[in-house]
Amino acid sequence: MINKSLKELAAMLASKDISSVELTQEYLNRIDRHNPEINAYISLDQEKTLAQAAAADQMLAQGTASALTGIPIAQKDIFCAKGWQTTCGSKMLENFIAPYDAGIIERFNAVGSVNLGKTNMDEFAMGSSNETSYYGKVQNPWDRRRVPGGSSGGSAAAVAARLCAAATGTDTGGSIRQPASLCGLSGLKPTYGLASRYGMIAFASSLDQAGPMAKSCEDMALMMNVMTGFDERDSTSLNREKEDYTRDLGKPLAGLRVGLPKEYFAEGLEAGVAKVVEAAIDEYRKLGAEIVDISLPNTMLSIPVYYVLAPAEASSNLSRYDGVRFGHRAAEYDDLMDMYCKSRAEGFGAEVKRRILIGTYVLSAGYYDAYYLKAQQIRRLIAQDFERAFEQCDIILGPTAPSTAFKAGEKADDPVAMYLQDIYTIAVNLAGLPGMSIPAGFAPADDGKELPVGLQVIGNYFDEARMLNAGHAYQQVTDWHTRMPEGIA
Amino acid sequence: MEWEVVIGLETHTQLNTKSKIFSGSSIAFGSEPNTQANVVDIALPGVLPVLNKEAVRCAIRFGLAVDAEIAPLSVFARKNYFYPDLPKGYQISQYELPVVGKGSLTIQVGEQEKTIRITRAHLEEDAGKSVHGASPGQSGIDLNRAGTPLLEIVTEPDMRSAAEAVAYARKLHELVQWINICDGNMQEGSFRCDVNVSVRRKGDEKLGTRREIKNLNSFRFMQQAIEYETRWQIETLEDGGKIEQATVLFNPDTGETRAMRSKEEANDYRYFPDPDLLPLAISAEDIESIRSEMPELPTAMKLRFEQAYGLSAYDAAALTASRNVANYFTTTLEAFGGEAKLAANWVMGGVSAKLNEEDKDIANSPVSPELLAGLLKRIADNTISSKIAKEVFEAMWSGEGSADEIIDKQGLKQVTDSGAIEAIVDEVLAANPAMVEEFKAGKEKAFNALVGQTMKASKGKANPAQVNEILKRKLAG
Repeated sequence: MINKSLKELAAMLASKDISSVELTQEYLNRIDRHNPEINAYISLDQEKTLAQAAAADQMLAQGTASALTGIPIAQKDIFCAKGWQTTCGSKMLENFIAPYDAGIIERFNAVGSVNLGKTNMDEFAMGSSNETSYYGKVQNPWDRRRVPGGSSGGSAAAVAARLCAAATGTDTGGSIRQPASLCGLSGLKPTYGLASRYGMIAFASSLDQAGPMAKSCEDMALMMNVMTGFDERDSTSLNREKEDYTRDLGKPLAGLRVGLPKEYFAEGLEAGVAKVVEAAIDEYRKLGAEIVDISLPNTMLSIPVYYVLAPAEASSNLSRYDGVRFGHRAAEYDDLMDMYCKSRAEGFGAEVKRRILIGTYVLSAGYYDAYYLKAQQIRRLIAQDFERAFEQCDIILGPTAPSTAFKAGEKADDPVAMYLQDIYTIAVNLAGLPGMSIPAGFAPADDGKELPVGLQVIGNYFDEARMLNAGHAYQQVTDWHTRMPEGIA
Repeated sequence: MEWEVVIGLETHTQLNTKSKIFSGSSIAFGSEPNTQANVVDIALPGVLPVLNKEAVRCAIRFGLAVDAEIAPLSVFARKNYFYPDLPKGYQISQYELPVVGKGSLTIQVGEQEKTIRITRAHLEEDAGKSVHGASPGQSGIDLNRAGTPLLEIVTEPDMRSAAEAVAYARKLHELVQWINICDGNMQEGSFRCDVNVSVRRKGDEKLGTRREIKNLNSFRFMQQAIEYETRWQIETLEDGGKIEQATVLFNPDTGETRAMRSKEEANDYRYFPDPDLLPLAISAEDIESIRSEMPELPTAMKLRFEQAYGLSAYDAAALTASRNVANYFTTTLEAFGGEAKLAANWVMGGVSAKLNEEDKDIANSPVSPELLAGLLKRIADNTISSKIAKEVFEAMWSGEGSADEIIDKQGLKQVTDSGAIEAIVDEVLAANPAMVEEFKAGKEKAFNALVGQTMKASKGKANPAQVNEILKRKLAG
């Protein structure tokens, strides 16, 4: 059951082979067994979850069900969900019970999906290993000593360990794709503006985007059908006609032009990862795709640009956590300034503080032009790289992350090494393009352990249906996406 | 050496939209604390701003009214600072690219006209309020006002006296009400001025160091504050001191200004474009559609009154001082259909005197334009004299009915029947032989006395022109 696709589960629910309550209970039991170690979830509320499942069973009985009705979904703890503790991985919001639903949560509720719980994440989505969470590290189900990636590490571990049928994530610089790569699952960051940001706790507003994390591209297409769509409460939400992301699944890939950016196969990419990605490209060749060499010359600038813009926005977005109206407030303080300083010093972790400091610095009078403005200019150059590339190809393939999962603590004290995890993913956020990671095989770590490797698929704006089909076609001829870590029965 | 004061104004105009600038909460004044603050206004995690289009329409109306450039693309920026009444830790404002660019407003100071250049006007949200003393040892926060739409209107340093600054502020105050973007209520803070004041030696090109007087919410305080501040700066400089750039507050009780923070303590606001909001695009069609809905502006209306009605510049200015006065006048004139000068005299005379006396706005005048027009008709057709008209007007003011009803009921109709007037004149002449003798002896004053006696005898109803004529004839005969 836990390996079934969303389509298969929906069919079982429709035919009453199983009820949503039973299916949900099955996942809750698995969570009981494995979450104490894996730590994929920050908060669980069986009562609420089972009530939703019971309501879904009503919808199923009344014939008002749709594709994801009754399906248990793990929600990243970045989405406000009414009545749920919503922490964003931070001590700052330990006591915050959201009084409203995020746009994404509303959409899942509307179709009768079941919220299984809120998944662990790097604090305020700042991190690539899930180690910055106030609620403890998350184990990578493939090797418990290793990180699941981040920031959507809890969602990735939950899908990999089959502690949910599918999960949501958010991606600001690779936070869906990198953990998907490290945990051997499929993850998609949509075109900026397709998924509502309302109620999704902001890290870097111009980069943040929600997307699905699931076992296959077919599952992600069904998730995308629920997750995307116009939300008038988000001014950056795009008012486009509703799409069916499953519509292209099964189309042949013959003639698909696949671009390989030479910068993605240069220094810094682990040999084992390169080998897996190259084998995947061979698979695409066999499927009839035409391989084209392309160049994204400004790739190397994407990390410095990102680490100016994202912290700049974050420093301002996180100003509302001042201890005045909600969230953590220091127990004792002398005056207003002391209350601000102590509350924020206690409520935020080291990585969040580092980024607030960087962001405050780059926006300061006298530095704004040299950092923020310059970074915005380069951001446009990076987007132009992709514009030119998509004149030569339909999709771009490459590695998602430069390495497989690393050991917990390995990069925790070296922020720059950590930031390099996102070298292949960040440019996609800067350009606002859709990007996806799908399992493409395994590579041996330094200790010989075989670990999942993700293949990144980058598409042009609004080309998610084509990307999902490209991934689906690959998943029809390979079985990497069906592999499951050992020891989590 | 003579000193010159240089003044520029920044005015926060609260726009009279129904809801807040970035959320759907009401902006009504005076509600229980925090009852008009939704999740967006309290800045809960995850909430986002959505621009209220009505606020943009207000800004465009203002831009058109001061003949300003309206930016095809303007940008909302975040002004970052920490304060308990600022829920997000930043205020959404406009910085580098405001919605309204350079424009101008012409003011009248005494007989002089002067054009004040407007630098810009930008949209922004108001902050909440700190409430002190509600509970001992603690301050409260009321976020009802947080997110109220403001248009901040900034001038060039073009004013050279407190009188000019106040004239500009008054003119702006009338204008924003005229174009219906602000209720103008200064007590409730709908119209607040920050005044930048500096002094320099007359003839100097360079501006002196300015101090900014914050949050003036009455014209009288503005006048007092500028006068005090100007004196203080001149005295400081003459005593060999230096002016430090600072923000100052005016204390109405002492009539003094005092510094609240100096430049050294000024915040670095770290402005940057708000990534939650798209740049505000305004098309030429949007502007034209709003232009077509604009009321006639006071300047154009004043000119029309002068040209079409032959009113003096002074009268025309007085009648276009506010939209309510202008409306009252034009409605009266329309219903009256007679001479504009007569209507103008009554609006600026009788009506406005009574309104002043009772401290009422013309919009709430007990004598409506229609009622006044009824009175004017009876004056114009000689049914009543202007003296009787004053009595009728008083009666109308007390709610005794229309002019015709009052004239009828009280028998005030003017006597124009020359036979009847002759009879009264004959009686008066017979009763006052001494006066007749005096007149015949060459005392012109005696004639006026006889007119008075005749009017008195007719209880004021005799047509004065006829009385004059008949008296003259009889005395000559």
